Amino acid sequence: MIEVRDLVVRFGRTRAVDGVSFGAAAGESLALWGDNGAGKTTILRAVLGLLPHGGEIRLAGRDLRRDGRRARAQVGYVPQQLALYDDLTAIGYLRYVAGLRRQPAAAAAPLLARVGLADEAAKPVGALSGGMKQRLALAAALVGDPPVLVLDEPTASLDATARADFLRLLALLHASGKTMLVTSHRLEEVATLADRVLVLEGGRVRLACPASDLAAALRIEMTLRLLLAEGDVGPALGMLADRGYAARRNGHGVLVRVRAGERATPLRILTDGGIGVTDFTLEDSGWIER
Amino acid sequence: MDRTVTALIARKEMHDALRNRWFLLYSLAFAALALALSRLSLGGAGVAGFAGFGRTAASLVNLVLLVVPLMGLTLGAASVAAERENGTLATLLAQPVTRLEVLLGKYLGLGLALVASLSLGFGLAGAIIAVLGGALDAGGYVRLVGFAVLLAAANLSVGLLVSVASGRAGAANGVALFTWLGFVFFGDLGLMGTALALRLNAGDLFLVTIANPLAVYKIAAVSAITGTLDALGPAGVYATRTFGNWLPALLVAVLALWAVVPLVAAGVVLERRGVR
Repeated sequence: MIEVRDLVVRFGRTRAVDGVSFGAAAGESLALWGDNGAGKTTILRAVLGLLPHGGEIRLAGRDLRRDGRRARAQVGYVPQQLALYDDLTAIGYLRYVAGLRRQPAAAAAPLLARVGLADEAAKPVGALSGGMKQRLALAAALVGDPPVLVLDEPTASLDATARADFLRLLALLHASGKTMLVTSHRLEEVATLADRVLVLEGGRVRLACPASDLAAALRIEMTLRLLLAEGDVGPALGMLADRGYAARRNGHGVLVRVRAGERATPLRILTDGGIGVTDFTLEDSGWIER
Repeated sequence: MDRTVTALIARKEMHDALRNRWFLLYSLAFAALALALSRLSLGGAGVAGFAGFGRTAASLVNLVLLVVPLMGLTLGAASVAAERENGTLATLLAQPVTRLEVLLGKYLGLGLALVASLSLGFGLAGAIIAVLGGALDAGGYVRLVGFAVLLAAANLSVGLLVSVASGRAGAANGVALFTWLGFVFFGDLGLMGTALALRLNAGDLFLVTIANPLAVYKIAAVSAITGTLDALGPAGVYATRTFGNWLPALLVAVLALWAVVPLVAAGVVLERRGVR
């Protein structure tokens, strides 16, 4: 469904994307993973024909350079930056997009309902919350029911609740057979949405693996914040250090670096040692093996 | 090219332009000044008739030379650059539309907004001329309006080129203002200085003159009002003698080129640059 061969994108003399090739079969979800500047968004923009590029891109069998309009008709795009027309109403915005995609204006209302925005139809886009705008952008991407969805950091600007809601929507779309190309730097997002992952570094593909293997392949580290009783912090630091964990004090608790696959181990160590953990949070900390 | 898509983009651009505070301000200023100039020109004459119309029309020409290029340039300059800056250009070009459809849609929509603004100003001025008894040379007045529309189209085209080539809306506006200053300066003082410094003959002076769309409009307007270019000096006499009855067509063609060539260049730049 998506075929990219020897893709090169230059910004001046810099090769932002340098000979990247990949493909995604119908119904497959492919994630592009990497640090800022790795080339994720640039690849997405090239796939949409938004940037001049070298190499070959085919979407649903159509050559992007020769048949750009028909190729883009196969793709719905959800940008990272929520760039919508703020003074249109939500339904007005969808009708405008429907017109651009040569779809009937009547297609707009059911799509708003599908993303849970039926009650916001008459509101100006500028008055919607970030989560609502993101869902409106998704509804716009679904106008005309394109087989491919291209999503650029789809949950980057959302809070935890809105992120979970949005991921559920995307997972349903993936289950319904949409082919997806998604950029992300969140492990849980990749785990929820992607079948395969391309790890990018400096505009090149460094690694390709199933999404389920990403954490192990990159030895991704996370930061575990443990909330403890004040008197337990000192002994807890000692116990964790004895078992080889890098831990330090943080207010009424400790911060521990853990690898994917062993996130519960520090909790077990402390519980076995008689220290009660009141609460905990987990944050991505990037990967350590480069 | 899909005309439905172009018309859809044009409608949205016109809608946006008519909500643009700067454009509304320019339009109101143009209408108010056109109204005031007409009233003063006719009222101060103490007589009605063609002399009154000529004086009013000449005042309107000077007003058009200052305000209309500014409106066209700034409106065009804000268009693509603002969308690039806030990210909607990427969303728009990611749809199954061509860059030609997008640019033409923007051009037509903004052009129609300019025509609406000019119609208001010229309409009010025409009404004042009619009410106060100035003998209206309807044909000359329509030609004056037509040339003003062409001048607006030319400057809009240049504004769009500036917009496509600029990364940010602020920069595009700045370049548009300097372009306006350049056109105004080289349509008058700069041209006089050039003619003196280079000792241009009448033919060369005419060629240099029509390289500036504002000067082309001025020649066309004077020709439409008075039927002669004697008031423009040697270059005017040269133009009348050389081109005779073909002069209006030549001037229309030059303004049309100014309306088309920068737009084509904008298309090329947008194609090469994408959303960067």
